[in-house]
Amino acid sequence: MGMTVVEKILARASGRGAVKAGDVVEPAVDLAMSHENAALVINQFLEIYSGTGREPAIWDPSKVAIIFDHRVPAESAKTAGNQKKIREFVSRYAISKFHDIRGDTGGICHQILPESGYVRPGAVVVGTDSHTTSHGALGAFAFGIGATEMASVWALGTALNVEVPGTILVEVEGEFGPYVGPKDLILHLIGLISAQGANFKVIEFHGRTIRAMSTSGRLVLCNMSVEAGATAGIVPADEETDRYLRDEAGVESVQEHVTADPGASYSRVISIDVSSLVPQVACPHAVDNVRSVREVAGTSVQQIVIGSCTNGRLDDLEVAAGILRGKKVARGTRMLVFPASGRIYAEALRKGFIADFMNSGAVVMNPGCGPCLGVHEGALGDNETALSTTNRNFKGRMGNPSASVYLCSPAVAAASALEGVITDPTEGRN
Amino acid sequence: MGNVVLKLADDVSTDVIYPGRYMATVLPTETPQFAFADNAALNAALRGGQVPPGSVIVAGKNFGCGSSREQAVSALKGYDLTIVAESFARIFLQNAINLGLHIVTAPGVRASVGDDLTVSGENVLNGTTRLSYAVERLPQARQAIIDAGGLIAYTRKRLLDTAAGVTHT
Repeated sequence: MGMTVVEKILARASGRGAVKAGDVVEPAVDLAMSHENAALVINQFLEIYSGTGREPAIWDPSKVAIIFDHRVPAESAKTAGNQKKIREFVSRYAISKFHDIRGDTGGICHQILPESGYVRPGAVVVGTDSHTTSHGALGAFAFGIGATEMASVWALGTALNVEVPGTILVEVEGEFGPYVGPKDLILHLIGLISAQGANFKVIEFHGRTIRAMSTSGRLVLCNMSVEAGATAGIVPADEETDRYLRDEAGVESVQEHVTADPGASYSRVISIDVSSLVPQVACPHAVDNVRSVREVAGTSVQQIVIGSCTNGRLDDLEVAAGILRGKKVARGTRMLVFPASGRIYAEALRKGFIADFMNSGAVVMNPGCGPCLGVHEGALGDNETALSTTNRNFKGRMGNPSASVYLCSPAVAAASALEGVITDPTEGRN
Repeated sequence: MGNVVLKLADDVSTDVIYPGRYMATVLPTETPQFAFADNAALNAALRGGQVPPGSVIVAGKNFGCGSSREQAVSALKGYDLTIVAESFARIFLQNAINLGLHIVTAPGVRASVGDDLTVSGENVLNGTTRLSYAVERLPQARQAIIDAGGLIAYTRKRLLDTAAGVTHT
């Protein structure tokens, strides 16, 4: 019996010849990422050692990454205190993959990890953030865990009691039409299989459309796989992965690709042809409440957000800037743009996208999670509606339980900003 | 167990259980005050001590989906609540096991607010409707963490075992 990509990764990481879905393994961890919730991980980590008479020790500080992104710069004294405590811990335990609040090397964890070359094909990556699934875009097995589980990883270097997940194979064929892309594909898939459709499973993406897709687009697919309940999303590494690692992440060494065996066993196979796909939107208050943009066109929006770990990358900013260039955001609508990292911000500045945004009336913010999780800037007023390129629209998500959030691609967000209502970018632009 | 104090539908996210704006609060002694913060009546009842320990929340499928925030578990544990759901989202389930929140997976479970639920053997019994529902058992590997008293105790034991030369396979 052949193995899927994730079965192969887990077999190697747990020192076994072969594993199959349902087996319980303890894989060695290659990268362990946290953001500000490292404050809680630190508490739990120290608690493990309490009463043992042993000095707390991180199994391998070079494999721990901590990135400040959720509340940057700090919105409160409490957050600033957490960040200060984490900095002291980072310094004491010599954690080198630390990204503080900085304009050059800072940004959102799910952009910093790939662009810094920290994620390699075939690696086991854990993160105290559900969108850790993003890193499957580089052919790694990457999944979200809680803070206590991370404390255990820091101590032992392995993830305990991991059940090898079954795999859903998604085959994607066809060419995207203008202003249709990876975000529309993943929203369509989530709508198709529901928010529970991939629970405890991996989504493995294949097909010519995926092979032709940039790593930036693959990050969108893997990022939002968790919104279908998936443990992980994964795109098996290929030449594009090599290109990204070499050209964009500065990784010189050739990376071994892990590919699925012929005859690997899949729990479900889904085929999608994107050539007829139209722009998609997830309606309030569930990510699987997906419709075509046309069905909700004309809905009035007070806030547009472009950014986040899902859609704050250079190609996202490029398509949005192209639509906004020389035009104005509608009165009564405010638009916020959050580049995913300092590096992306600088490139967008060089390419003139930032000027396009500002001239159109959009506010360009510093890289970070921003309003996506409702803890920082960009909160919504009572009964307001937002249209956002982020990944969740649960009740209360943007800081106000009476507000509504629609999720979409950067093209839909930009076209809608000009009109002040949800707008299909393919209409009038072909 | 106890009486049902809240009945929820499918896909209840951790944003609903513990809103993101309180995420800077991490201590298990402090998180309970923000449990279901956007449900003012329930939050007030919890904080006011009107929900007795052992009370039950009954939910549909995929309870705890979304963010990995562990506060969603520590906040509920602070009131010694039991969550009976048709299914749980993966990270929430693991966090609940790791921290020792009492969770019961019972596919098809039906109950209304006020019903009395008890776990009897391998079933959840709704004492009000007299209907019973099979409990889905946890995989053995997860049960081991519960038996150890949570993941901190389990990891501590593993560390000490490793130091003493005991191997785990």
